[in-house]
Amino acid sequence: MSISTSIWVWMAALLTLMVYSFLYKDNPFYRLAEHIFMGLSLGYTLTILWYNYIIPRVYEPLFLPPHQWSLIFPILLGMMTFGIFSKKYSWLIKYPLAFYVGGYAGLRIPLLLQSWIIRQVEASFLTPDKFTSLMSSINAILIFAGLFATLIYFYFSKKREHGFGAAAQVGIVFIMVAFGAAFGYTVMARISLLIGRMQFLLHDWLGIM
Amino acid sequence: MLIGLLFFFGQMPITVVATTDSISLKPPTNLRAMDTPNDHGESITLFWDRPLDISNIEGYQIFREAEDESLHLAGYAPVNKTEYLDQLGLRNNVEYQYSMRSINPEGVVSIFSELPPVVTAYPQWFKKNEVNILIMIIIYLGLVVYFVRIARKGKKIFLRRIPGLDALEEAVGRATEMGKPILYVPGIWPMDEIGTIAAMNILKPVSKKVAQYESRIIVPCIDPIVMNVAQQTVKEGFTEAGRPDRYNQDDVFFLTSAQFAYAAGVNGIMVREKPATNLFLGVFFAESLLLAETGNATGAIQIAGTDRVPQLPFFVAACDYCIMGEELYAASAYLSEDPRLISSIKAQDWGKMAILISLFFGSVFSIFGLRFILSWFSAG
Repeated sequence: MSISTSIWVWMAALLTLMVYSFLYKDNPFYRLAEHIFMGLSLGYTLTILWYNYIIPRVYEPLFLPPHQWSLIFPILLGMMTFGIFSKKYSWLIKYPLAFYVGGYAGLRIPLLLQSWIIRQVEASFLTPDKFTSLMSSINAILIFAGLFATLIYFYFSKKREHGFGAAAQVGIVFIMVAFGAAFGYTVMARISLLIGRMQFLLHDWLGIM
Repeated sequence: MLIGLLFFFGQMPITVVATTDSISLKPPTNLRAMDTPNDHGESITLFWDRPLDISNIEGYQIFREAEDESLHLAGYAPVNKTEYLDQLGLRNNVEYQYSMRSINPEGVVSIFSELPPVVTAYPQWFKKNEVNILIMIIIYLGLVVYFVRIARKGKKIFLRRIPGLDALEEAVGRATEMGKPILYVPGIWPMDEIGTIAAMNILKPVSKKVAQYESRIIVPCIDPIVMNVAQQTVKEGFTEAGRPDRYNQDDVFFLTSAQFAYAAGVNGIMVREKPATNLFLGVFFAESLLLAETGNATGAIQIAGTDRVPQLPFFVAACDYCIMGEELYAASAYLSEDPRLISSIKAQDWGKMAILISLFFGSVFSIFGLRFILSWFSAG
């Protein structure tokens, strides 16, 4: 057994225990860890923003030769968000927000259509190469039926009556089976995180493992 | 220049390892170079035919030369490949000359292949391989316009009830009765995500209801722009309810931009403020279970909704009501009662029906060898 002599390991171990103390109930130790975590993350983000964005993307191109004066327009647009601090000019914020949301929506819609719809639909067609063996055939038909039923579950503008309602019920069964599998898989991943933390406490900190 | 170099490197034995091997190794034939289509430029695609005898070939060396760029090794392709995408350091509107040669495992190389014509990389304004997406968007927009017109003529478009939304009013009422606030967590993603936009659309009618009930809503945000939008949205909700005086800007605030620090902060709010209702609506990742479990432990009624499918099982397990996937988008239309949004849901439903029909007939035809429906989706 050899307890760590590194101050950083001690700090990390104590903060870990402070956070885990939340499992009992809210307490001053958890609050301290929570506020350190939030404060540090905020400070870290600000530093990253300053050195990775403001300096190389705003200050240097604008104030050092060759000056990129065209950057003034996006900078001005961004600065309009500060209008929120003034009652008189708070309306200014609507312009950068409209630009931001509209621009991203325009950029993302074709991408999402391609990756979330067209590629998925393409992969879902029943083609002869999916019927090479009994198992692959069952698999293909199950996926096809599941897709049909699930899509019907997410049909909003029709009453769930008769066959439509039954298909939606089958759809929710498929969805729940998928959720169960995903839940189990992710819980396993979370357990491995816990094991990692325990390893840190028992090996790196206390040296008993 | 290139011809001279080729003569020097290719016709003369380039390596001293074994000249007979070098002669027996054959270079690829029929080398073709073309600007990569449907891209932003700075890329050239090469095609070639493999030599007849590839038994002793490990791969192919690809050489490139330009006016201000001496002949150099630009890439490598394994022996089974007949295509190579060159994107390294290429510039638009510059003429490039390519050549290739084979190499065996011992490092012996063949003579150079024949020279294809010079080629230039340039960007395309229009991605011809994505015309199907354009057609889908045009049809979808046409449907939206059609249904908006129908809605404006006064015809009611039916939207089925979503259980999680039915519980919303009850949840707000419960918080009011208990004299406790409502916590609204709009996810952890910026405003460029559709899920976050849907969360903001739902926030407005929720705020309106909160104002009508004279209750209090807390909205911690992970992104400054989301915070700005949330402040505007809540303010509008309170104003529409006729209670702008009850709007408190400090209740819609920026917490931190780090994922788990944000989760820790929201958990802290849940255990200290003890909101009676927690609404988790937006884009969530690994923090979803941390938030939902803590909310569950505090005894709050919880309604969650996200379009991130991997997080839905956690919300289903730990929340009272769950709005799943696309229901989140439908919910924003449903609550807002805006004919434009409701029409977009109706148009989406038509799109789903079109996909189901395409899948059914595409599969039937495909089994009989007719792939015209499938190929329409394969383009792009």
